[in-house]
Amino acid sequence: MDARIGIRNTKSTLFKGLIIFLAFLITLPLIVVLLYIIKQGVTQVNWHFLTNVPKPVGEPGGGIANALVGSLLMVGMASIVAIPVGILAGIYLSENPHTKLAYWSGLCVDVLQGVPSIVIGIVVYLWIVKPLGTFSAIAGSCALAIMMLPIVIRSTEQTLRLLPPSLKEAALSLGVPYHRVIIKVIVPCGFAGILSGIMLSVARIIGETAPLLFTALGNSYLSYAVTKPMESLPHVIYTYATSPYDDWHNLAWGASFILLMFVLILNITTKLITRKWNIQL
Amino acid sequence: MGVVLVLIVVGILITLIKESIPSVKSSGFGYLWSKVWDPVQNIYGAYPFLIGTLLTSFIALILSIPFSYAVSIYLGEYNPKGWLSNLLKNSIELIAAVPSIIYGFWGLFVLVPIIRQIETKIGVAPYGIGVLTASLVLAVMIIPYAASLGITLIRMVPSALKEGAYALGATRFEVIRSVVMPYTRTGLFAGVLLSLGRALGETMAVTMLIGNTPTLAHNFKDLIFGPSNTMASVIANEFTEADHEQYLSALVELGLVLFFVTVVINLIGKRIITRFTNN
Repeated sequence: MDARIGIRNTKSTLFKGLIIFLAFLITLPLIVVLLYIIKQGVTQVNWHFLTNVPKPVGEPGGGIANALVGSLLMVGMASIVAIPVGILAGIYLSENPHTKLAYWSGLCVDVLQGVPSIVIGIVVYLWIVKPLGTFSAIAGSCALAIMMLPIVIRSTEQTLRLLPPSLKEAALSLGVPYHRVIIKVIVPCGFAGILSGIMLSVARIIGETAPLLFTALGNSYLSYAVTKPMESLPHVIYTYATSPYDDWHNLAWGASFILLMFVLILNITTKLITRKWNIQL
Repeated sequence: MGVVLVLIVVGILITLIKESIPSVKSSGFGYLWSKVWDPVQNIYGAYPFLIGTLLTSFIALILSIPFSYAVSIYLGEYNPKGWLSNLLKNSIELIAAVPSIIYGFWGLFVLVPIIRQIETKIGVAPYGIGVLTASLVLAVMIIPYAASLGITLIRMVPSALKEGAYALGATRFEVIRSVVMPYTRTGLFAGVLLSLGRALGETMAVTMLIGNTPTLAHNFKDLIFGPSNTMASVIANEFTEADHEQYLSALVELGLVLFFVTVVINLIGKRIITRFTNN
């Protein structure tokens, strides 16, 4: 009898050990990747690297200013479109959860979230690049905006759903018109949640390469023209990583480091915001 | 704004269907089963890419399941609170946050040489790049999607059920095996589906690591260790080179197939989750 209990207890302990081992083992690849990128990238980054465009193979120096500008510009343009639309749609979904339109648009958010980014690239190519006859930064930011939308909508919707209905009822009972209740009460109360959703979506799209491949294409010169092809950080990594030259690999490590820092900072800040306001996303 | 969303999704669907009509007309249903992909001769068969996609995704899925279940059980049951639990949870979310291009780049320069050495030792052609390498990286990338859902679901198991089992003298392992797992089985399956959806559509890391060959390997060894190609990476590699309408249309049709498969998998997953959380 005692032996049987002993076996069962040992089994239980062994299982716990296995679970803990496996659970912590998967942080290993993350740590290895992060350290490797930091080790390879940090030596590349200096002022010259950030303010110059790539040099031809063989010439020392050169930087990723064009990619940095391109990424910020395209992500910025995508945000200008996607954030207001996303927040409005999120408010709509949380305020009218039971209408038919809400059901269908909720379904569409799920669909959009699941669409592979490369497919969005194809569609935007057919929508914008083909009719205009040229790859352009506008097409790139359009693809990025479509990728941003579901994240902003879901986080807005979920944050606003968690607000106690008494808040809204109190404002309405004081005679405040509905639209002012939304602007002055609902949105400010859920602000932190909405903000963290926005930051997460920016962190997500700044590293997206696939939708930019056939929309923004890439450009080895510094360009501010939004109707012309434009370089971006992830794309510069892709081109240079798959090239055969060591100089270009180094450039790509530096670009990876910068991209990784962007993503890490955005994610960690979001974590801090959500913890401070105690939001569940 | 709800209307805008519906319009975007319907627009995506219509565009994909409309642009793949030329390819559907010329290749018909043979498109998915024909084994030759030769743009120069205008012959398009997506079978090798279909197999490549399924193979990489399922190998990645099988590799990732033990880990995502372990994380779910550890953070959901053994250690749901405290700094260590928070640290682990945040690191797992970071795995999903790192851009796929960075995984691809790292894989190309660090993982590929390692795999090549292993392949030399066990006596298969030392390509380095190939299905196995892509699946390994993919497995790491998709763990967070199943894990974060699993954690939430396992925490939702009513404590009355678990306490009942403990009161009958069950050990921790027995409670997990006979109470927690059966209770959350469908939910965890939904998490695996979401992971699968990610894996099928993942482009950049796979494109950089899979080797991109349009032909299907003939023996099992080459199928696992040798280079192959997936639907997403064919699109990524060839879309800008597609110089005539037929070629472009064939690639768009590939995108349409990918769209349908991932959307269906995702919607089934989401449906299971909603049903699970509402009960």
